[in-house]
Amino acid sequence: MKIIACIKQVPDSEAKVKAEGGQISWGESPLVINPFDEYAVEGALQLKEANSGTVTALCIGSESAKEALKHALAVGADEAILISDAAFNALDTQGAARVLAAAINKIGGADIVTFGRQTLDDGSGLTAAQTARVLGWPMLGLVGHITVEGGSVKVARVIEEGRQIVNAKLPVVMSIVQSIGEPRYPSFMGIRKASKANIPVWSLSELGISAPTAFVTRTELITPPSREVVCEIIQGDGPEQIAETLADKILAEKVL
Amino acid sequence: MKTFAYIDHFKGEVQPASWETLGVAKSFGSASAVILGSGLDALVKTAFEFGAEEVLVADDPALVDYRVEAFASTLSALASSRTPDLILFPTTARTRELAAMSAIDLNTGVLVDLTGLSLNGDKLVATRPIYEGKLNEKVICSGKPVIATLRARTFPRPAQDKSKSGAAIKIEAKIDSPATVEGYEVAEAAVSVADAGVIVSGGRGVSNNPSLTPPAGMDEKQAEVWRAQQGFKLVGELATVLGGAVGASRAAVDGGYIPYAHQVGQTGKVVAPDLYIACGISGAIQHIVGIRSAKLVIAINKDAEAPIFKVARYGVVGDLFQIVPALTAAFKKKLGKTMILTKSK
Repeated sequence: MKIIACIKQVPDSEAKVKAEGGQISWGESPLVINPFDEYAVEGALQLKEANSGTVTALCIGSESAKEALKHALAVGADEAILISDAAFNALDTQGAARVLAAAINKIGGADIVTFGRQTLDDGSGLTAAQTARVLGWPMLGLVGHITVEGGSVKVARVIEEGRQIVNAKLPVVMSIVQSIGEPRYPSFMGIRKASKANIPVWSLSELGISAPTAFVTRTELITPPSREVVCEIIQGDGPEQIAETLADKILAEKVL
Repeated sequence: MKTFAYIDHFKGEVQPASWETLGVAKSFGSASAVILGSGLDALVKTAFEFGAEEVLVADDPALVDYRVEAFASTLSALASSRTPDLILFPTTARTRELAAMSAIDLNTGVLVDLTGLSLNGDKLVATRPIYEGKLNEKVICSGKPVIATLRARTFPRPAQDKSKSGAAIKIEAKIDSPATVEGYEVAEAAVSVADAGVIVSGGRGVSNNPSLTPPAGMDEKQAEVWRAQQGFKLVGELATVLGGAVGASRAAVDGGYIPYAHQVGQTGKVVAPDLYIACGISGAIQHIVGIRSAKLVIAINKDAEAPIFKVARYGVVGDLFQIVPALTAAFKKKLGKTMILTKSK
């Protein structure tokens, strides 16, 4: 079974992200594999273990994004490919989907392509479904459990109303959520292997496509006003009195 | 401007934020509600009551289960023939996929999870939070139609006029789903946190009630989960009195205390209630980001240094197992009765 895990590199969640001169800055904070994409890699590795096969990690990004791919290699991916081109600066999600679909075709297709549910930076959560649409494959979103049988896959989708059980013929694209299980940590041997890995870099010309049109363009960055809240600690003589006072304060705010 | 307002629902149960979307569509000109599914007569009537000028409906037994491919193909074909300038969705897990695929079909872009949308001349300018709400960006879409999804409980909901009704315009369903739905395991949550006006949430702290003795024969982990479930009962009672939903921190969900559907925060749901009461939640950055849009935050925690107090308007430093039941009793007395479920603003 051939599995491709699509990942992205983003600033760490703890980063103090700011707008500086119309650009986004995250200071000295490290760039990491998008935390949601760790589930995409974990799901891919579980599929490989259950069905045998290979896992390829795929990433669009600059040279630095090789570090995110090395994380995927260190936890068990077999190979990694970086797609990088100066023309990608303005890529929107549908553009990224067209680039990823071209790369998946160049790899020779797959049985299952996995994504995380969204990225921490842009947070759109669109790219998986758009890649599926470009490829013409079924999209199985928000998957928490997977079983493969013959040429089909059965998944439990974690939806707001509960779980939806869906069956589809391979190949499919899926986004994987945390119910799949906690992502594994890199092993010492894995880290050594990853540090020595040669990660090929594909440009647009190697994919045989021209730069996709970007329809969505940012015109302005705004730092949201900081929430200046002064917390009033409610005190009193025992829980009943505290609760009385707190309930009165809440009612006075007229939010109920 | 000609706008489609997509009405999102689960088997006829509407996502109320759909009406907010319809209100925004009307503010830009002519608004057509679009409803896809099966057995939709009641929903069509409600769409007229919330002000739709026309209602376009694909009512087909083959659409009884949401499958993104069939829904996207139906919507894309409709948009190709009726050429709206704008297609609006409420932001939900379903509509993200649907908007994404329709944008590929129609060769345009998607503006996702917007907190603002306005006309600047004849150009739509959208505002959306990025980097977990640490920044906002203004974005435009050069494709046509513009596809946009609006964050729930952010735009005003139009008034409902029960006297209104109309005849739906039937459209054809495109049934090209490559996947089959085998069934559902439905969650028990009475009110979804994404659309709740009041949320009472529990964190790791709900498992720390020392006065409880777990039933014999439980190992340490089972005893912890049992204790936490007793704690969540108290959280649930307060939520019930206030007509709200029960939320949870990631720590509580990871601990196995409560299902993932309740999780609030960056890895769960971003919520925008009028009142958010955090019980035994320390306030990790991811949780605080998820409740940024809450109007009034209350924190109950035994640790006075917990970061949650930095974003709370009122706080109680104390034992939640005493404070929460006392608060439930106080509201029962003051409100006179249990409030009805406050699904809307």
